[in-house]
Amino acid sequence: MLKSSDLLWMYEKMLLLRETEEKAVELSFKGEIGTLLSGSGQEAIPVGICKNLLPEDHYAPSHRGISTVLAKGGDPKYLFAELFGKPAGYCKGKGGEMHIADFKDGMIGMNGIVGAAIPIATGSAFAQKKKNLNTVTVCAFGDGASNQGVFHEALNMASIWKLPIVYVCENNQYAMTTPVSYALSVENISDRAKSYSIPGVTVDGNDVLAVYEAVHEAVERARKGEGPTLIECKTYRKYGHHAGAGNDEQMGWGYRPKTEEAYWKSRDPILLFEDYLMAKAVLTESKIKLVREKVKKEIEEAVEFARKAENPKPEDALEDLFA
Amino acid sequence: MRQIMLIQAINEALREELLRDENVFLIGEDLHTATFGQTKGLFEEFGPERVVSTPISEAGFTGISTGAAIAGLRPVVEYMTSNFMYVAMDQLVNQVGKLRYMYGGQINIPIVFRALNIGGGAAAQHSDNSADYFLHAVGFKVVMPSTPYDAKGLLKSAIRDDNPVIFYEEMKTFMVKGEIPDEDYVVPIGKGDIKKEGKDVTIVAAGYPRVLASSVAEKLEKEGISVEVVDARSLYPIDEDLILESVKKTGRLVTLDDAPLNGSFASEIAALVAEKGYSYLKAPIKRVTRIKVPVPHSKIEEEYVLLNEAKVINAVKDVVNY
Repeated sequence: MLKSSDLLWMYEKMLLLRETEEKAVELSFKGEIGTLLSGSGQEAIPVGICKNLLPEDHYAPSHRGISTVLAKGGDPKYLFAELFGKPAGYCKGKGGEMHIADFKDGMIGMNGIVGAAIPIATGSAFAQKKKNLNTVTVCAFGDGASNQGVFHEALNMASIWKLPIVYVCENNQYAMTTPVSYALSVENISDRAKSYSIPGVTVDGNDVLAVYEAVHEAVERARKGEGPTLIECKTYRKYGHHAGAGNDEQMGWGYRPKTEEAYWKSRDPILLFEDYLMAKAVLTESKIKLVREKVKKEIEEAVEFARKAENPKPEDALEDLFA
Repeated sequence: MRQIMLIQAINEALREELLRDENVFLIGEDLHTATFGQTKGLFEEFGPERVVSTPISEAGFTGISTGAAIAGLRPVVEYMTSNFMYVAMDQLVNQVGKLRYMYGGQINIPIVFRALNIGGGAAAQHSDNSADYFLHAVGFKVVMPSTPYDAKGLLKSAIRDDNPVIFYEEMKTFMVKGEIPDEDYVVPIGKGDIKKEGKDVTIVAAGYPRVLASSVAEKLEKEGISVEVVDARSLYPIDEDLILESVKKTGRLVTLDDAPLNGSFASEIAALVAEKGYSYLKAPIKRVTRIKVPVPHSKIEEEYVLLNEAKVINAVKDVVNY
């Protein structure tokens, strides 16, 4: 059972992720950082996942949502420093928005190739099992990734070897501009679990508690050695494929019906959770204000840190390829 | 000193490293039956936990091995034939080669890819040698031994290296015999070796073409042409000094590569010497490679496309008589 303090942790984390995303969009528009795949609107998924993870567990996030790196225990200072291309960043400024990893906190890396991190994260679970660590790996990816060959190869091997991994598909219903209704051979992505004899469930990806519950069960199975689970979280992106510079509007890509956008806007995961917490008397108006201000301040300080951080030397480009 | 064949040297290296370090494990297709014999007996000795047979999923098991290496294990991945690497190209080129760099050095990827070059007789697909693709890719060390001593020592170096290393095994060299010591030893990656000294012309090669070069050198010796055979052993990083020293001595260069000419190892060595050893040269450089068509099934056509002694002899005579 989640206590009030757990619920508040989740609420604050979701806000931290949202504010991080929004700040990044703003910086992208200003030209201070480059293009951006924003995860704004999908915060319930990483937060619902991370509430189930121990520090030594691994999480390979999808490449949508730079802020996900903060869900498990990161610091926005190093995230923004990375976006600014500074050596103080998580990846010394070499990774950038699509390739952020924070290994000390068990965030084992985003990837710019759709689906490519799925077998790599499965390898993390392979090692966890081989070393008898009793830890798990969570691997998140989008709807588009479930159409990649490596998704199917990895689920098949994870199933035959009973690896401690939870596959979480963030189905935000568009792979770039291509709708799942066009690209998917099945009604639900979770239906694909049947082919690999593993449990497959679909949950409301904008309900952080629904995500938490589904992942909780899957993580327990994984820890007990019962193998992988596929969880599909139905969600929506607040912005288009890119947010900030090069966004859908600038590119002239019209592909999402206005009525659909309006419907999902009314189901914002943070507002839904706020309503729930207010009804449970865990949150009050004044508490909301306090948390929002605290988060905003933290982000402002992080951006300031990143702006002031030292630039790399050109020849730093030669470092880090080989051990 | 014991005499063994190169295929046995590979087997010994794998076995000794599995015994030495419990984090080392083998992974690939049909390892439980040891398709071409390199892993013979290892499944029986170490069991399915250390010798992991996979479904036929090259991209998938390449990724899984990469993730396992990042998480602290030391996978030795087998590609039954080196052209199967193309199936895993994204996992190799975009992932293995780049992850350490793009994550700012937070991790190491201690992984070995053993890739078998059948070298011909298998028509268009399985006859390929994929090494040159990985000289162009970033983040890989690439080695190609041609003697039992080098094979065992380089494979041990590769397994102990904290970086991705691609180890090419060439079927045409499996039966090459040679002496190896009983005690543990390694051959450093990035160091070439003079397999035969000579004064008229340098041949630079690795793997099966090096065997060809030695055989040619022996024949030409009888005709009064003294050939120096430089075994590159490592295709990347390359032992530049050794090659330049040899060309400085002989003044002539022939490079060999069992792959098409364009963007090949043979071209790379030719360019290196043209760039850094121009003043040593008494004749133009010659490259002997496969012709740039897929390998045909017909024996007659195949002979025309692949390397052979006659082609190497002609190239050597061309530069000597220039």
